[in-house]
Amino acid sequence: MTTSAASAQQAAVRERPSTGLWRDAWGRLLKNRLAILGLFLVITLIFLGVFGPLLAPYPYSQQDLKAVLAGGHGPLPPGSPGHILGTDQLGRDLLSRLLDGARISVSVAFVVQVVIILIGVPIGALAGWFGGRTDNFLMRFTDIIYAFPDLLFIILLSVAFRETVFGQALDGLLLVFVAIGITSWVTVARLVRGQMLALKETEFVEAARAIGVSDRKIVTRHLLPNGMGPIIVAITLGIPAAILAEATLAYIGIGVQPPRASWGSLIAEGQKFIRSEPHLVTFPAIAIALALIGFTFLGDGLRDALDPKLKGKQ
Amino acid sequence: MISYLARRILWIIPVLFAVSIITFFLMHAVPGGPWDAEKRLPANVQARLNAQYGLDKPLYEQYIQWAGGFVTGDLGPSYRSRDRRVNDIIGDGIAVTFQLGIMAFALSVVVGIPLGIFAALGHNRWPDYLSTSISIIGIATPSFVLAILLIVVFSIGLGWFPTGGWKGPQYWVLPTVALAGFPIAVIARYTRASMLEVTRKDYIRTAQSKGIGGRAVVSRHMIRNALIPVVTILGPTLAFLVTGSFIIETIFSVPGIGRFYVSAISQRDYSLLMAMTILYAFTVAFLNVVVDVLYAYIDPRIRYS
Repeated sequence: MTTSAASAQQAAVRERPSTGLWRDAWGRLLKNRLAILGLFLVITLIFLGVFGPLLAPYPYSQQDLKAVLAGGHGPLPPGSPGHILGTDQLGRDLLSRLLDGARISVSVAFVVQVVIILIGVPIGALAGWFGGRTDNFLMRFTDIIYAFPDLLFIILLSVAFRETVFGQALDGLLLVFVAIGITSWVTVARLVRGQMLALKETEFVEAARAIGVSDRKIVTRHLLPNGMGPIIVAITLGIPAAILAEATLAYIGIGVQPPRASWGSLIAEGQKFIRSEPHLVTFPAIAIALALIGFTFLGDGLRDALDPKLKGKQ
Repeated sequence: MISYLARRILWIIPVLFAVSIITFFLMHAVPGGPWDAEKRLPANVQARLNAQYGLDKPLYEQYIQWAGGFVTGDLGPSYRSRDRRVNDIIGDGIAVTFQLGIMAFALSVVVGIPLGIFAALGHNRWPDYLSTSISIIGIATPSFVLAILLIVVFSIGLGWFPTGGWKGPQYWVLPTVALAGFPIAVIARYTRASMLEVTRKDYIRTAQSKGIGGRAVVSRHMIRNALIPVVTILGPTLAFLVTGSFIIETIFSVPGIGRFYVSAISQRDYSLLMAMTILYAFTVAFLNVVVDVLYAYIDPRIRYS
């Protein structure tokens, strides 16, 4: 940031009561209509993911055979008695299955990002702080991971460990989370490294060093918090990518094991009835779309809010 | 520049080496073998097959054998289609996969960039809202959903295009559109943001204050400068399209190589899987170099050393 911008900010600080980067950013976020829509969608999704199974009219695997037999041996259409969104061909309530799918998507959204942070932040921080040979080695390592075709590598990992205890954990989901995380941390690592390199040379770090602050404290108290904005944005925008990857894997039959179903596997099942019962595809597709839109808008809004240079661009 | 380029291209070799080792050992960690079938083969037959293909040797020897073959251009036998070499399988399908990827890439660029420019020039008016809505739909619709939608509307409903196959231009349309939907949205968003950034630059104000008319400023100053950062996402986009087409290939029965990837894993067709992973990794790594070079070429401010 240039000095004129910094002094302009100082002037602004004097005019308003106690304001910091985060409060400023929050204010800017609230003024952005798309970001608010995103935030609303994300909060709804999280709520449904956490409480969905309590709200669901039936357990996700319960079959209503009587209704299916009465309805001509096929999936029930939306608006059938007792099943607002209809059922699949086995008489399982679509709404209940969608709500269980929300739980899967929410856990993908967050667990994958935790894996990414746990791998990406330390690697990027070490590379940026130490520089030289450490930096070179770690960045070459990220090059290798980057060259792996992500989705293909995730499939390979998922199949390789499917039969193990680890592969069976959480109905097969844990493996998918870790596989997606392992292939997606590179962006965050590069970003953290870039932030470190840029901030290392700033005057406030020089000042901290001059008064004898330890290296560890400079990294944890000065560098990471100051570089946090872009990292948070990258992580938020990584969420839709993870949700999309999980849905795609589920669509080709990798990941969560039946009778549980992710939105992707619901679409794969519903595809067989696309002519007579298109709702089996449309409802899960709408659910995926809303989740992707929510996190994308929120991520875009956060980027604009945390980077005042882009203010007004939206 | 030349030495930079040479270093970057040489660096691809150790990357591919690392990718091949990781894939090789991971692949052999998958339980089961290529001979698992509905009807189990007798143990002595399996042992004979293993010996014939060298699968009874220690893993590192198998790897050396594979790498030796790879270096001399022999990708090994396919364990599933036993009368075919992997070279033939890849050779048959790769042209189709690349054709599909490049057509989708061309479509994404030809639609995405003008869509982004159009949005930025009509910032906060209807062109912006229209273009942004299109990119939101593109981002929110996974390619397999878009593929299903296209089939339902244009094949089953209107009967304009066939549901699958690869026999002529009318077969190309739906897979290309399904594959290009997401990159169109990404490129349009990126172009729009970049255009808006350029609009506020001092040199644009200078040009305008010198009395240069609207159209000349837009074409000579804004678009040219705005497209520079867009180039950086084109490499990953092309890589995504070439390597990510396997679902589209499966849905539309396109005879490329992508559709073999999942079956190669589930059937433990080791040599086919290795060949495809290396091919994809090479494509990604090579396109990254191309983009970096292109970037330096179009933006004189960037110099590599």
